Amino acid sequence: MQKPVSMEEFAGVPLDELRACPHCDALHRLPSHVRSRAKAVCGRCGSVLIAPRSGAFTRIIALAATALILMVAALFSPFLDLTAAGMHSNASILDAAMAFSQGIMLPLSLAVGAFIIVIPVLRLLLILYTLVPLVAGRPAAARAPVAFSLAEALKPWSMAEIFVIGVAVALVKVAGLATVTPGPAFWAFGALVFVTVLQDSFMDKEQIWAAIDAGRAK
Amino acid sequence: MVTARDAGLVGCTRCGRVHHMGTPACNRCGAPLSSRDDTSLQRVWAWWWAGLIAYIPANLYPMLLTSTLVSNTESTIVGGAVELFLHGDVGVALIVLIASVVIPIAKFMAIAFLAVSINKRHIMGEHAQHQLFSVVEFIGRWSMIDVFVVAILASLVRFSVVATINPGIAAVSFALSVAFTMQAALSFDPRIIWDDEK
Ligand SMILES: [Zn+2]
Ligand SMILES: [Zn+2]
Repeated sequence: MQKPVSMEEFAGVPLDELRACPHCDALHRLPSHVRSRAKAVCGRCGSVLIAPRSGAFTRIIALAATALILMVAALFSPFLDLTAAGMHSNASILDAAMAFSQGIMLPLSLAVGAFIIVIPVLRLLLILYTLVPLVAGRPAAARAPVAFSLAEALKPWSMAEIFVIGVAVALVKVAGLATVTPGPAFWAFGALVFVTVLQDSFMDKEQIWAAIDAGRAK
Repeated sequence: MVTARDAGLVGCTRCGRVHHMGTPACNRCGAPLSSRDDTSLQRVWAWWWAGLIAYIPANLYPMLLTSTLVSNTESTIVGGAVELFLHGDVGVALIVLIASVVIPIAKFMAIAFLAVSINKRHIMGEHAQHQLFSVVEFIGRWSMIDVFVVAILASLVRFSVVATINPGIAAVSFALSVAFTMQAALSFDPRIIWDDEK
């Protein structure tokens, strides 16, 4: 728990060593060291301010690369296979996104494609673009602040995990009509969700912004 | 306890770094700086109304059009959940009902309540309001489940002989409603919850 600074304490502290809680505006002195897996929590509202993990960047990169490979596998292999009355039909993830492509529902198709494919992939690429130079010891990429800001802003709109729950519900709904067998893409997509959640647990904003800032000074 | 504003500073809501009051943009992450977002509540209400208006046709029009050899059925959001329930899939019926009805309605009420009761401490304390806001922000996107269910069903059963499933127009207005209410929650500046705390 971080105790917010008092007026007297704050006076001599350089701006660099202060942080304001984004949720309640309480002013804190940046702790000189937070142990890996420990958290610095705002003493006023309880929001997590800092939660560093050692070796985080390398792991984030490895997980993001894995997630990208899984996404490619998920897009180009069979997703669900339906058998009814001796007839087969199957759907890929792209088919699901294009389900609304007739007529006036086309924009919804584009939105679904964005939520489950484009935005998750874009976030992975932006995170790789930001972190790879930092881990390699090179100066931060020129557009790293823009890239990482965008990756953070897109986070609520990346809905792969919600899609997976949607698939489960759809399978139950269709169970009375036909037999549905999940294909390799289904498992790849499930693994992708797991990897992405794991990756997000290694992301500490303060750690990444500080590294971008330090990498820019080089 | 000192806030950045009390100290004549402005905190970056994107990266947390503090600057002197009047600095236009954060020098670390580039985000525009403002001590409090004065237009926050106006934007919250604008998105809130847009979300509510889109939610009405989402419930009146069919979400799914199913035709089998013997029948043609159109099911709305609630109708679809009732069908599942009657079919014995109580758990899944509950997921659909919670994601598509309970969460959206609770979210409309929670956002309106937050916007109206802000800084009225006899109604709700800062910590409770902050908690409510965090829950609303976290949970809103999960309402998108039903849109994905319709997309999967329609693409999967499209060519089948036993049935044809087509998406209904309600899917569009429901998706819009979820996106608008997500925007309403994202427009809220939680710092104003704490401003009257002594
Ligand atoms: Zn706080
Ligand atoms: Zn910043």
